[in-house]
Amino acid sequence: MTPDRFALCELYAQYGALLDAAQYEQWLALFAAVCSYHIMPRENYESGLPAALVFCDSRAMLEDRIRALCEANKFNIHSDRHLIGLPRLVAREAAAVLVEAPFALYQTDQEGETRLFATGLYRDRIAAADGELKFRDKLVLLDSFAVPSLLATPL
Amino acid sequence: MVSAEIWPTLDYSRVPYRLYHDPEIYEAEQQRIFRGPVWSFLGLEAEIPNPGDFRASVIGETPIVFNRDENGAIRAFVNRCAHRGALVRREIAGNAREHICLYHQWCYGLDGSLKAIPFRRGIRGKGGLDPSFDMGRHGLQPVTVGNINGVLFGTLSAQAEPLEDYLGRPILAQLRRLFDRPVRILGYHRQRIRGNWKLYAENTRDNYHASLLHEFLVTFGLDRSTQKGGVTMDGRHRHNITWAEAESEADAALAREAYSAARVRNNYLTLQEPDLVAFRPERGDRISLAVTSVFPSGVFVQIANSLATRQIRPRGVDECEIFQTILGYADDPPEMTLHRLRQANLVGPAGLVSMEDGEAVEVAHRASRPDPDATTIIELGGGGIISDRDYRVTDVPLRGFWSYYAELLGIEPEGAVR
Repeated sequence: MTPDRFALCELYAQYGALLDAAQYEQWLALFAAVCSYHIMPRENYESGLPAALVFCDSRAMLEDRIRALCEANKFNIHSDRHLIGLPRLVAREAAAVLVEAPFALYQTDQEGETRLFATGLYRDRIAAADGELKFRDKLVLLDSFAVPSLLATPL
Repeated sequence: MVSAEIWPTLDYSRVPYRLYHDPEIYEAEQQRIFRGPVWSFLGLEAEIPNPGDFRASVIGETPIVFNRDENGAIRAFVNRCAHRGALVRREIAGNAREHICLYHQWCYGLDGSLKAIPFRRGIRGKGGLDPSFDMGRHGLQPVTVGNINGVLFGTLSAQAEPLEDYLGRPILAQLRRLFDRPVRILGYHRQRIRGNWKLYAENTRDNYHASLLHEFLVTFGLDRSTQKGGVTMDGRHRHNITWAEAESEADAALAREAYSAARVRNNYLTLQEPDLVAFRPERGDRISLAVTSVFPSGVFVQIANSLATRQIRPRGVDECEIFQTILGYADDPPEMTLHRLRQANLVGPAGLVSMEDGEAVEVAHRASRPDPDATTIIELGGGGIISDRDYRVTDVPLRGFWSYYAELLGIEPEGAVR
């Protein structure tokens, strides 16, 4: 697969913007019907240990996560701001591409204080469905694995 | 420093906020609790399977390294060079034949003894150490290690009672239950909470909060306070097991009534992936939730089939790290490992069940600071004598925690009710 570079950048721009607007249902629409989403501490990843902070190996689990976030979980009141670096094409497969993009996430509390919440690297498998690019597998490699306070809203 | 007069009540049902915020008290805790006669949870034998394997840990804020020596014995030391106080082993984990300080390359064996000092005799007879310098007296400060089914504890004090006595019968039984077979390390979760370490230690002993703060438990039917459960402590009430059995039909009917008064959704939402909360009994009991707190800073957690250890790492009076190790059993088939990895979604800083604890500790820390003489209320399940309960709406183990805390700090009030 050879993706349109503009479409690829647009996908990441949408990804960050929808999370920052807390539009999680629309954010879910960026994922393919069959997909996975994992947030993995770098410490575990580099040691070959499989435990993740968020482990969704199916779309059902990812949707459960978002439903719990919206209907059950309580967390620090804040807004998110994602800064996502340029996506880099790592490899091509027959029906997908492997893409990496670095990110930083700042969180701002109700008093207007902003702190760096996380930095990391997205390692994604992206495929086209009905003419649109969608995330098939998203691995969020978390550099800052000493998580400040708690991790509720998606990275 | 504070005195025994700090307690407004004799049964530890009122805790002044000063105890969470005073830097002098924090220093006293490091000395009298963490460097005192307690056994601190260090880590797991499974983390150092081979000779030379080492791993960094802490006792309070004191850096510790534990390793397996050439003979297979487990040793632990303060991770601090005898020479100038530098961290000797800087990596978190690895394998080595010795520990060498980077500053002046003082070299220690896996038994902690000082093996070599560069330029000990100087160069061309000039400089170096005096011949009377006794290397045998300047090893790494030893930590006494105790081992319960592969769970490692350490103490810096010669006054500590034997580990089995310290833990007491119910805690020993619970550790032997959870660690009844060799474990496999699945990974680590780390969380920095802007709150005093004791707020988290209390949180793990607080059965009352579980189904109120952690709405996920109730909303998705994993755990409710109407299930059979309770709190079980050691004879001196310093440790605690908060436990519950898997829900029965009768529990479910009771829950619909009981939660009508609480502002917690109890409408039994269903998950698309029920495996996330499905409890598969693994042994001859129905215990589906067991949170075992060992004074001062060890926690052993079973939530359904999710298994973990936690170490509370104080980082000054205003912050702590929760260092969590996610576990399975060495003989788990791949499908069970996958089940545990899915259920690890329940715990840790992003845990569907546990994420709220970080926020609860932070808001309690923030609002309590300005008024050191005001107090908490610890009275769920009543005041007075501290004892086990066979119900869940209770926070009595918090009073157990404070009673031993007061004893160690030497601020136990006369006529204390324990």
